[in-house]
Amino acid sequence: MSLLTLEGVTASYGASQALFGMDLTLSEGEAVAMMGRNGMGKTTTVRAICRMLPAQGRLVFDGHDLTRLASHRTAQLGIGLVPEGRRCFRDLTVEENLVVAARRGHWDLSRVAGLFPRLAERRGQRASTLSGGEQQMLAIGRALMTNPRLLILDEATEGLAPLIRAEIWEAIARLKTETGLSLLVIDKSLKELKGVADRAVLVARGQVAWAGAMDALDAETSARHVGV
Amino acid sequence: MSREGYVNAALVAALIGVPLWAHLAGEPFTITLATRAVIFALAAVGLNLALGLGGMVSFGHAVFFGLGGYAMGILAHHAQNFLPLYDGLFLIEGTKSMPVIWLVAITVSALAALLIGLLSLRTSGVYFIMITLAFGQMFYYFTISWSAYGGEDGLSIWVRNGFPGLNTLDPIQFYALCFTLLCAALWLTHRIARSPFGLMLNATRQVPHRVETVGLDGQRAKLVVFVISGAITGLAGALFADLNRFVSPTMFSWHMSGEIMIFVILGGVARLFGPVAGAVLFVAMEHVLGDLSDYWHIYLGALLLGIVLFARGGVVGLLAGRAKSHD
Repeated sequence: MSLLTLEGVTASYGASQALFGMDLTLSEGEAVAMMGRNGMGKTTTVRAICRMLPAQGRLVFDGHDLTRLASHRTAQLGIGLVPEGRRCFRDLTVEENLVVAARRGHWDLSRVAGLFPRLAERRGQRASTLSGGEQQMLAIGRALMTNPRLLILDEATEGLAPLIRAEIWEAIARLKTETGLSLLVIDKSLKELKGVADRAVLVARGQVAWAGAMDALDAETSARHVGV
Repeated sequence: MSREGYVNAALVAALIGVPLWAHLAGEPFTITLATRAVIFALAAVGLNLALGLGGMVSFGHAVFFGLGGYAMGILAHHAQNFLPLYDGLFLIEGTKSMPVIWLVAITVSALAALLIGLLSLRTSGVYFIMITLAFGQMFYYFTISWSAYGGEDGLSIWVRNGFPGLNTLDPIQFYALCFTLLCAALWLTHRIARSPFGLMLNATRQVPHRVETVGLDGQRAKLVVFVISGAITGLAGALFADLNRFVSPTMFSWHMSGEIMIFVILGGVARLFGPVAGAVLFVAMEHVLGDLSDYWHIYLGALLLGIVLFARGGVVGLLAGRAKSHD
């Protein structure tokens, strides 16, 4: 049974329609890569799932109709989001950023510190004083503290130095292999995604242009829809 | 202890020492001035919860100040005239008991804050300011036309209300009562700020919509703190009415809302003792400069301008040195 189902989802920013019947399924423990060029509807899909944007169509998470829920309820149901641009609470310390999101479950401060030791070293530091990579780690840690069943990572490695990117990709891989967390990863790094995702969904003009097993995604298809 | 801790301790010492000295020296007027400062500080501590912790620029906190005042005025008016407040299906009489009056003031102010918050928190920024201001003016004009309770002339209470075991007519005893309530409100603010709820409010203030992605209902948190804020300011209103033994529509006016906001900004937004420092400074300036000139507000304006431009942490921030990120 699928954990997340999107069928014919449409969404608009005012008069400008961004999603034209988006379909997506994601099973428990599965990692799905969502790829596409800029402005094709990847982040809009995430915003629709997390109820940050009104959407029509069928959006179901674990049997719950998402279209009827307030945004904070989606997180309470088990959808964790690492938003594009990190969006840490800048005036809170690292520890406060994590504690404020904490919900009962597997993930706690020590487990997040185990995944990202850098955060443990900077636990008393304000988020605004962290580097971009550390803020990204904090954003992932904060989402994990909500103890999600599905973690959505929206461009989690964008604009980061190669070493930090590698560290974050390694953490994402550990999440998949060690905890069996369901993942929806939005990114353009085909090589890294191949090491994490089971399936790929390529998005173009607000709908699915290609979907299939990650191994079946060839360079030509990727270049056509993603540009890489 | 941090530098801010020393500043706070000095303020507390002054608020204990000066009235005590005035009592021993036979200077009841100084005690009354200190009482006025403490009551204003209490009102501002209430606003600081909404403004400093919740990031809500309420320009209508006079509503709660006025409601607290009128709760006292109406209950005491009925008690002193031996007129029942309501004698329909059951009988409600007035009272001269401070604890009962405080309870009514807190309840009425909290309910009003709940209603105003439910409507105004749908907006933000300048619209929130305007809506809260509009509510203030609605109450102001309503009380002006409320002839049963004095209308524009207000309502006088002959004798200050009573508190079990205390002589509230003795300035130092009434001051002690007000100071104790201020300390309780400061303790409550401190507890809220340090609690997970306070963290949530802090996060909501910084990135209002993103808190929802971690499962927090930021709007509800803001409403809850707005209600607590209104209740504290309402209690201050009841004390202010008891201090003056008089209530009038001016307690609801936008000037009053502005003054409460000035106390907070002058002392330091989101600083625990910021509102206390602001209120003390305001009352001191009002007294000292008011004797020199009727236009003393010019000096207050200049000081406020200086604070906003050069010391965004307010007086407490200036003395404590270390800036809070959201000053």
